Amino acid sequence: MTKLLIIVVLVLGVLAIVRLSRVYELTATLRGKREEEITDRDNRMNARFMWLFCILYFGFFLWLLFRYSDRMLPVSASEHGVWTDQLMDVNWIIIFIVFFITNTLLFYFAGRYVFDKNRKAYYLAHNNKLELIWTVIPAIVLIGIIIYGLSIWNRITAHSPEGTAQVELYAKQFDWTARYPGKDGLLGATDYRLINDNNPLGIVTKGSIQTRLMELVVDINATVEKLKNEGEYLPPTQLAELIDHVEKQKRMMRKITNLKVMMEQDIAEKGEASSYAHGSDDVVIKEFHLPVRRDIELVIRSRDVIHSAYIPHLRMQMNAVPGMPTRFHMKPTITTDSMRVVVEDDKFDFVLLCNKICGASHFNMQMPLVVESQTAYETWYAEAMKKPFEGAPVAEVPAAAVAVGDTVFVQTDTSNTAVVVTAVANGSTTH
Amino acid sequence: MGAIAHDTHAAHHDAHAAHHHHQESWVTKYIFSQDHKMISKQYLITAIIMAWVAVIMSIMFRLQLAWPDEGFAFTNFFLGDKWAPEGVLNPNMYLALVTIHGTIMVFFVLTGGLSGTFSNLLIPFQLGARDMASGFLNMLSYWFFFLSSILMLASLFVEGGPASGGWTVYPPLSALPQAMPGSGTGMTLWLLSMAIFIASALLGGLNYVVTILNLRTKGMKMTRMPLTIWAFFITAVLGILSFPVLLSAALLLLLDRSLGTSFYLSEIHIGGEALENSGGSPILFQHLFWFLGHPEVYIVLLPALGITSEVIATNSRKPIFGYRAMIGSILAIGFLSFIVWGHHMYLTGMNPFLGSVFVFTTLLIAIPSAVKVFNYLTTLWRGNIIFTPAMLFSVGLVATFIAGGLTGIILADSALDINVHDTYFVVAHFHVVMGMSAIFGMFAGVYHWFPRMYGRMMNTKLGYAHFWITFICAFGVFLPMHFVGLAGAPRRYYSYSEFPYLSGVADLNVMITIFAIIGGLAQVLFTYNFFYSIYRGQKTVQNPWRANTLEWTAPIEHMHGNWPGAIPTVHRWPYDYSKPGKAEDFVPQDVPLEHGEEEDHG
Repeated sequence: MTKLLIIVVLVLGVLAIVRLSRVYELTATLRGKREEEITDRDNRMNARFMWLFCILYFGFFLWLLFRYSDRMLPVSASEHGVWTDQLMDVNWIIIFIVFFITNTLLFYFAGRYVFDKNRKAYYLAHNNKLELIWTVIPAIVLIGIIIYGLSIWNRITAHSPEGTAQVELYAKQFDWTARYPGKDGLLGATDYRLINDNNPLGIVTKGSIQTRLMELVVDINATVEKLKNEGEYLPPTQLAELIDHVEKQKRMMRKITNLKVMMEQDIAEKGEASSYAHGSDDVVIKEFHLPVRRDIELVIRSRDVIHSAYIPHLRMQMNAVPGMPTRFHMKPTITTDSMRVVVEDDKFDFVLLCNKICGASHFNMQMPLVVESQTAYETWYAEAMKKPFEGAPVAEVPAAAVAVGDTVFVQTDTSNTAVVVTAVANGSTTH
Repeated sequence: MGAIAHDTHAAHHDAHAAHHHHQESWVTKYIFSQDHKMISKQYLITAIIMAWVAVIMSIMFRLQLAWPDEGFAFTNFFLGDKWAPEGVLNPNMYLALVTIHGTIMVFFVLTGGLSGTFSNLLIPFQLGARDMASGFLNMLSYWFFFLSSILMLASLFVEGGPASGGWTVYPPLSALPQAMPGSGTGMTLWLLSMAIFIASALLGGLNYVVTILNLRTKGMKMTRMPLTIWAFFITAVLGILSFPVLLSAALLLLLDRSLGTSFYLSEIHIGGEALENSGGSPILFQHLFWFLGHPEVYIVLLPALGITSEVIATNSRKPIFGYRAMIGSILAIGFLSFIVWGHHMYLTGMNPFLGSVFVFTTLLIAIPSAVKVFNYLTTLWRGNIIFTPAMLFSVGLVATFIAGGLTGIILADSALDINVHDTYFVVAHFHVVMGMSAIFGMFAGVYHWFPRMYGRMMNTKLGYAHFWITFICAFGVFLPMHFVGLAGAPRRYYSYSEFPYLSGVADLNVMITIFAIIGGLAQVLFTYNFFYSIYRGQKTVQNPWRANTLEWTAPIEHMHGNWPGAIPTVHRWPYDYSKPGKAEDFVPQDVPLEHGEEEDHG
């Protein structure tokens, strides 16, 4: 209500100005004043406003700077963040100098050289020396900024040292999931086609492939069953949709079968070195812990749209792009507990948030991050490893095999999925 | 040879003007007009209407940001119970509002509105041409613009709401209807509208370039063109080279959406289902988009800088300092703008070395920009400044260009971008350097050339009030916004209440919103002044600002062909203000050099 009142008052204020100006206009017409003739009084008023504005502008800026400086992000809790904060400070100093000089000149000149009919402006068309100076000086300053900036950038984006621990951050609408390697210290391969409720990250293991194939078989069977029983009563569009669905699931099965063959070959060739051999002990977890002062490589992936992993207090940000894992290498330097002392807030938590528009709940896609001592981290990690990914229950496989139509023959046999797949893949639709 | 051709052309036109002065019907004069002056007015008024839509949208999302989850009758009035039950903005609609606000402001107001209005008005007038090279294409250009505006507005009313993936419409969010409601029909309409808009921009741009290259009056060498024309020229070239790339990006996105292609889509699992698309890359879209998107910044900005150059010189009664350097910096900015697009993409996972290259090219743009600022300052120095409303807005532009340009140095630096990317710091930066600067340039242009457009004057006092309120509010809104960004507040967030670390800047969000509302209301002054003055403003004299350029040599009353007799011939550059030895403090371009007088050039 008060806000409505404020708005009403503002509208009335504007209307008052409009009416006043109308009165002014009428009197001006009576006095024969012309709009394009700016009176000395008006000129001087605006000139003084220019100076006044300059003072207010600087004052407002400095007020913001002092009043809010301790509400900006606190000291960086990562190693590279300290570098970028320094780089930022150097940039700010240069920017402030230029800002104050150019604005002072601008508003000073604007106010100082106000129209005077007894004076003629100084006819100055160009001055090569001056122009050269203010081309070369910015160029030199910028070269400095570029070299300093790029040296930091190269340090940040340098390859992480051999054997750096990896943690995966996985984004989807609208939450984050973390994945830690198991005992083998390596993250297993993933494939988005294997994603289901029990395998939200699509980790590739024999079991996850099997489960997914079975899900597809069950789904195909159910759909074919429905087609068989109700097909003739369904409206044509729905019928077509169901047939398409069966076709699509069959293509999906073929792709997953290929994956299975590839996995088996790779494991046969490389043994434990195969990236397919590391998935089953991975830890998939909705908690995000990092040890302090240890190099860490974040692997960032997305399931659906582009997200961005942003941890403001660690000055870390990297987009999560579907179909293209990205990486960010860093070293946290301040634990959550220490940071709580720094910001004088015992409830403070580091937070990982999404910083690329991703849909309705984009504004609340977050996960707290705990940075802790090596020992605390190891305790947590050991506990987490007790629940490896493959430990999750495998989806129940319905017992009954279903034979459908003339050409599609599907049998449910968990011990020999390849047979099942071939049968489905070779079949065509029922209509 | 050129001169001969030109004379014939001029003679033809003289005959044309004298002999068959055809009576135009109401429709061909006011609706399907092929006259550059009328088309310019059509662009301007369409842009003013679109700008109001965008401003009202911004007030609605600012209310939400200042007082999250509170209801506002204002919001409910415009959005109804579906999108704002009890006045509380729906999160999907919030995203739709920021998306359409951005789209309208960048494309419909600051590209179509700014270039469309002033290129059309000034190119023939300031070059001494009878009209654009092709009046028919020019008419088509406006009507395509109109149609695309209608489509964009229509998209506000579809089920699911308008496009809501941000004005950059990154896929897969914009490609998949299951990702958000706004990616359904609303997004299709957005893409169609933009495709038509691009056609309009290309028709307009080609026309501007051809006119500037071929229809300059006798004596109007390229190096005698006013800086406005130089700015419009390079703007048109940038548009012609970059808009087709956006068109292809939009078409590929349409194909991904409707025909199941996979240009931008790969390995996506959404809505409980794995999509079959594979092999595409969402990053490809970003490359294509920003290949337009970055030149687009200068498509928006250069006309404003051109207008300001003209207005500052005229009202300082002093030649623009460093005319050739100004042209050089326009050319340099135009060229560089094509090789910096990657600075929008440092954090997409692209090769860090490629990022380094973009850091280098991006920071280079600071050099010509600095030259422009210093040249403006020197033009003001020892000038004889008359504060018309246009002059005030031009000084305002220099101030916002400085403030916004400087923060660009931070954003150009990839290492610093890690922490400020996609925060409110970016929002503040581009609103100051591109939003405010361009809109100030546009206001300067409207106040300065209103007498040329409508034969009447706008009210100066209202202009003053409009400027000072707008100017103060611009900084009241965007200066604190930098601090919100530096506190780590991401953009495009419906609410910050879930993040305790941002509670320290919540009061800044309230301050910003209050300034935004006052600033928005100040535009009522302008709109009132504009429309009132069209009908009731004081009648103008022929050259009210005592300016040198050719548009002021044409009669006040608009006529087919602009000049009743022969086209004026140009004898000097446009900036002979306060030239020593002259009685007046201005010498129009069509005044011949006196015996022994030297033509000076910046």
